[in-house]
Amino acid sequence: MTTLSEEIVRPPEPPGLLRWMRENLFNSWFNALLTVFSLALIYAFLSLIIRWVFFQADWRPVAEFPLLFMVGQYPRNLLWRVALSLGVVSFLMGVSWGAWGKLIQSFAITMGAMMAAVALIPFPIRDLSIGLRGFMLTAVALIFAGFYIARRWRVVGKWLLLAWTITSVLVVLVILPGLENSTFLTHVPTTLWGGLLVTVILAVGGIVLSFPIGVLLALGRRSSLPVVKGFSIVFIEVIRGVPLITILFMFSLILQVFLPVGSRFDRLLRALIGITIFSAAYMAENVRGGLQAIPLGQIEAAKALGMNGFQINLFIVLPQALRMVIPTIVGQFISLFKDTTLVIILGINELLGIGRAVIQASPEYVRLQLEVYLFIALIFWVFSYAMSYSSQQLERALGVGER
Amino acid sequence: MNDASTEQPIIICEDVHKWFGHFHALRGINMTVNKGEVIVIFGPSGSGKSTFIRTLNRLEEHQRGRIIVDGTELTHDVRNIEKVRMETGMVFQQFNLFPHLTVMQNITLAPIRVRKWPVAKAEEVAMQLLERVGIPEQAHKYPGQLSGGQQQRVAIARALAMQPKIMLFDEPTSALDPEMIKEVLDVMIELARSGMTMLVVTHEMGFAKSVADRMYFFDEGVVVESGTPDEIFTKPQHDRTKLFLSQILTH
Repeated sequence: MTTLSEEIVRPPEPPGLLRWMRENLFNSWFNALLTVFSLALIYAFLSLIIRWVFFQADWRPVAEFPLLFMVGQYPRNLLWRVALSLGVVSFLMGVSWGAWGKLIQSFAITMGAMMAAVALIPFPIRDLSIGLRGFMLTAVALIFAGFYIARRWRVVGKWLLLAWTITSVLVVLVILPGLENSTFLTHVPTTLWGGLLVTVILAVGGIVLSFPIGVLLALGRRSSLPVVKGFSIVFIEVIRGVPLITILFMFSLILQVFLPVGSRFDRLLRALIGITIFSAAYMAENVRGGLQAIPLGQIEAAKALGMNGFQINLFIVLPQALRMVIPTIVGQFISLFKDTTLVIILGINELLGIGRAVIQASPEYVRLQLEVYLFIALIFWVFSYAMSYSSQQLERALGVGER
Repeated sequence: MNDASTEQPIIICEDVHKWFGHFHALRGINMTVNKGEVIVIFGPSGSGKSTFIRTLNRLEEHQRGRIIVDGTELTHDVRNIEKVRMETGMVFQQFNLFPHLTVMQNITLAPIRVRKWPVAKAEEVAMQLLERVGIPEQAHKYPGQLSGGQQQRVAIARALAMQPKIMLFDEPTSALDPEMIKEVLDVMIELARSGMTMLVVTHEMGFAKSVADRMYFFDEGVVVESGTPDEIFTKPQHDRTKLFLSQILTH
């Protein structure tokens, strides 16, 4: 067969836009009618929404207190500490973007875009001084500086992780709360923290802490040691059988009963512990699903090579099991992120709590609660979508070689 | 193919029994394997041949009798088990390569983590082994990108990287397409001729004829008959052996 012509060998060309429209949208008079009707409907909705957002809605409750939504009651004269934290985190975010590529990219870009958007809001806002706008732009620049540095010099992942750990501990335990009896870093009790700051601390803290605990519980549940196995099962089943809101309540009350009189246990920390153990129990079951999908032959092959149980889990089982359950785990992280709003019952003013406080602050704003809630929903959506998007990138990046 | 008269037993099995629940899978296996010998084990499915070879590195636990591998008796002592596994390589019917690791990482993982070799040494040895099994160019691919025959050759290289004294093969060619069986058998024949002690569960009688020192015919959990390939093929003593050989040799 030497006469296979070019046309047969080449795959068919994708149709042009006009041809595609003719074949799919206007291929019969009924479809043409539907198309026109749908377009009209879309136009009507969009114009309604746009008109409402830009001309009818009253965004004053949001525009007057942007700082309140971001950091709550954090003392305004000490804001440099929040700024310092944000700056360091931005820089590390940039370095991670450069070093780990697409996994972090969507977070870094989301973060940079949000800060740039705040800095460049085209009308004056009382809270948002020139200095603050300038700082936001600096933080965006720090992301790119970090990215450039990581691309220029090879950054070792291990050290980057260490830097993240040290930074997080310093930020959450020293820079933001300050130190007791210090004049330089005056103490700022967590009761003054609020808004997005608290939401992010609870969500990131909950995710970072519950992940390893969940993995250990999942392994524990499959352990051959009866005590380890029993503890894991009881922990998982008890926690999963109770709503998060109950756990938060119980933690608040139980800790107060059992701790010695007079000792104070930070409210925010109580909430973080509650969220962590709740999420860990679900994490354990998700990870266990992945563990069970690993064929026995994998474990036998590793055993036959002389590897011990710890090595088999670390190098063979977990890498494969976790990759399998990435979508479930990320789904759980997203719901954890949104569940942080429940800490409102402990009197912690995270983002939603601030929104409610603002609405209740004046009778005029009660009318405008739709605007406030929409604004908060938008912030939650942006973060959740960034997580969802990086999960897809992660799957693609790790899918190499798997068919 | 050392002469059996050198008499250096490296595996000693005495009256090995194994039950799965109430099913009596191994009913008193006795076998002594000398250093450098190539043993072929064959028999109908369900005869216990795979179970037996898996007791030798404790992937299956025997419940009665003694198994001594390279001077170490297999008991519940985990250290003994890990010691034996370090000296025993195993190749599986389904390859069991680690799909999340490259070929190179598959081969170097155990030497680096178990034998504590430096990475450079492990990679050097891995490259030599890949040359030996004929696929050095595949070193940085993932198992899923290789053909079945190539995967099984990687699995052999992975087992050899631990520099074992004994190699166990559990039906290494049964999951392969016919045109790939030869490339794997060629590697195994070369290995046998290099003096490796090998126990091979297989129905590849050509392989048995060319390199086996002794053959064991398993049926219903016992060794029905054993002998040199010549004895087994030309004058089998038992009817069951004759019947089985006639069944697998006619096609």
